[in-house]
Amino acid sequence: MTAAVFFGCAFIAFGPALALYIFTIATDPLRIIFLIVGAFFWLISLLLSSFVWFVARAITGNRDGPIEKYLLIFGVLVSVLIQEMFRFAYYRLLKKANEGLKTINPDEPAPSMRLLAYVSGLGFGIMSGVFSFVNTLSDSLGPGTVGIHGDSPYFFLNSAFMTQVIILLHMFWGIIFFDGCEKKNWYPLLAVILTHLLVSALTFLNPQYEISLVSAYMIMVLTGIWAFFVAGGSRRSLKRYLLCQDKNFLLYSQRSR
Amino acid sequence: MLTFMASDSEEDACNERTSLMSAESPVPRSCQEGRQGPEDGEDAAQWRSQGREEDQEEDPDRYVCSGVPGRLPGLEEELTLKYGAKHVIMLFVPVTLCMVVVVATIKSVRFYTEKNGQLIYTPFTEDTPSVGQRLLNSVLNTLIMLSVIVVMTIFLVVLYKYRCYKFIHGWLIMSSLMLLFLFTYIYLGEVLKTYNVAMDYPTLFLVVWNFGAVGMVCIHWKGPLVLQQAYLIMISALMALVFIKYLPEWSAWVILGAISVYDLMAVLCPKGPLRMLVETAQERNEPIFPALIYSSAMVWTVGMAKPDPSSQGALQLPYDPEMEDSCDSLGEPSYPEVLEPPLPGSPGEELEEEEERGVKLGLGDFIFYSVLVGKAAATGSGDWNTTLACFVAILIGLCLTLLLLAVFKKALPALPISIAFGLIFYFSTDNLVRPFMDTLASHQLHI
Repeated sequence: MTAAVFFGCAFIAFGPALALYIFTIATDPLRIIFLIVGAFFWLISLLLSSFVWFVARAITGNRDGPIEKYLLIFGVLVSVLIQEMFRFAYYRLLKKANEGLKTINPDEPAPSMRLLAYVSGLGFGIMSGVFSFVNTLSDSLGPGTVGIHGDSPYFFLNSAFMTQVIILLHMFWGIIFFDGCEKKNWYPLLAVILTHLLVSALTFLNPQYEISLVSAYMIMVLTGIWAFFVAGGSRRSLKRYLLCQDKNFLLYSQRSR
Repeated sequence: MLTFMASDSEEDACNERTSLMSAESPVPRSCQEGRQGPEDGEDAAQWRSQGREEDQEEDPDRYVCSGVPGRLPGLEEELTLKYGAKHVIMLFVPVTLCMVVVVATIKSVRFYTEKNGQLIYTPFTEDTPSVGQRLLNSVLNTLIMLSVIVVMTIFLVVLYKYRCYKFIHGWLIMSSLMLLFLFTYIYLGEVLKTYNVAMDYPTLFLVVWNFGAVGMVCIHWKGPLVLQQAYLIMISALMALVFIKYLPEWSAWVILGAISVYDLMAVLCPKGPLRMLVETAQERNEPIFPALIYSSAMVWTVGMAKPDPSSQGALQLPYDPEMEDSCDSLGEPSYPEVLEPPLPGSPGEELEEEEERGVKLGLGDFIFYSVLVGKAAATGSGDWNTTLACFVAILIGLCLTLLLLAVFKKALPALPISIAFGLIFYFSTDNLVRPFMDTLASHQLHI
């Protein structure tokens, strides 16, 4: 516990997101705004899902026991669906805003839908990660021994890694989802919803971290690869990037894609 | 019950901050004449609106007021949006900093969450046996506080109308003196106590004296812009902390709501005191008390296709998104100073002008946003989710207000949308989201 665990877990959970923010988003004010609006949309979706869970709990009479767990599972699944719904709603909003920007600003290139997909996904992810982890983090700053009653001693580490994976997953899901909406394919949307449900459902197996965490990471890698190809990458561009032969890369940061 | 010392000037300070924010820097004379026509018979809220259609028909004088001269209306819209995002971020940063300072202090220094008496403006206690009584007391507290604010504002407007500038300046200097010295001393004392750091009186005197003196110079006279901004953020945070400490819980929330409503009314109603204050300032072509307005300056370059006769003038007022709200208004167009004279050239040559344009935000906005977030941090049962939700809600409210401003192009109050969002999210997060997230975290489920 205390400072070491706090800083370690904080950087594990939020390091990639922070790096992505600093290098890609902090430079452009419009992207920051879209990020915060994305975070806000996730917040509203969380509000709605909490409300649904609250109402369900009130209906079943606030009893403890196994019904609480079932209600929680129900709450989680409903929450995932509502989050994806709000992702779609954000997509529609961005589409309208983009059209508005285009009519007003014909010369200035408006941010492309791909960029907005990335930014919105990151916004969702950051807010989701922050909300799930920040209370745990602040508890880790204080004194205590993890798992003293027989629970797993890796509680903080697991939560940190899970938060990291969820942030990255949200980002990838955003890219895939928006691309599916743009091309009017339904299967990317379905895939995003199903993988989200799968990842959340895997966490029901906690504290058997091996299964949930490892599978989540595998899903993240696969989703990442899919998002990479969806966003326009290819094996050739990857090779060029790795061998430092990509001349466009230097210009990348200066234009919005 | 303990009454807070020097409450009068402290309250005055509050009122100054809340009441003077709506004032805007003066528009040059050339704008006034052109603007009088459409103003009459229009909704008072539109007195600062400059429709693009009007610009097209009016003479170049009017052009100077409303947009970058020589530009087509479509381009004017483009310019509005081009710097819209940047201005939003220029407001996000100081608001975020102020909130961060307040939340950090609330979470670490016990002093500001201990109940230690109330202001005389909220005389009714909230330690009552029944819920109804408590609610009644908080409503009464709000009424008293709000009426004090309204009376002070009207007093200020009257003073301003009758040109008692010395009185107003003395009042302002007294209040900043108190904030910069007394409140800083108390704050420093509490922080040192919290971290158990010993400091001798000579060192303390030196530190506080330097801090306060430089602050007075920066705020009331001249100083580097960044330093002035930092000082304004600091005094807003100090003021917000005082409110958080001395306002009882329910009263604070009701006061926040009531002030937003007052704000809305005072900006959009024709007889609001702040509207009158601003109009008087406009008529007299005077700046209003730069000590109470946070200003950020931005330099941007305008490229023009060909030299424009009206652009050769020394004074150009590019169109600024303006926002005004009763307590804490924002966004006066600062005097854009053309830093370099336009290059004389034959038609067709590109002219580049650098104009300094800043966004101004009243300190009361900072204060009330920070009060909301600070109260959420103080009373949200140690929950960071509530604080973060309120923070995001306030930022989104600010963003929306600026967007509405860009769309409607007329003066809008800054407090209502942000405070409304903040309140909604505070109560819903505290009561709905918190149990949900806590239960999820304890079972280690992730959504």
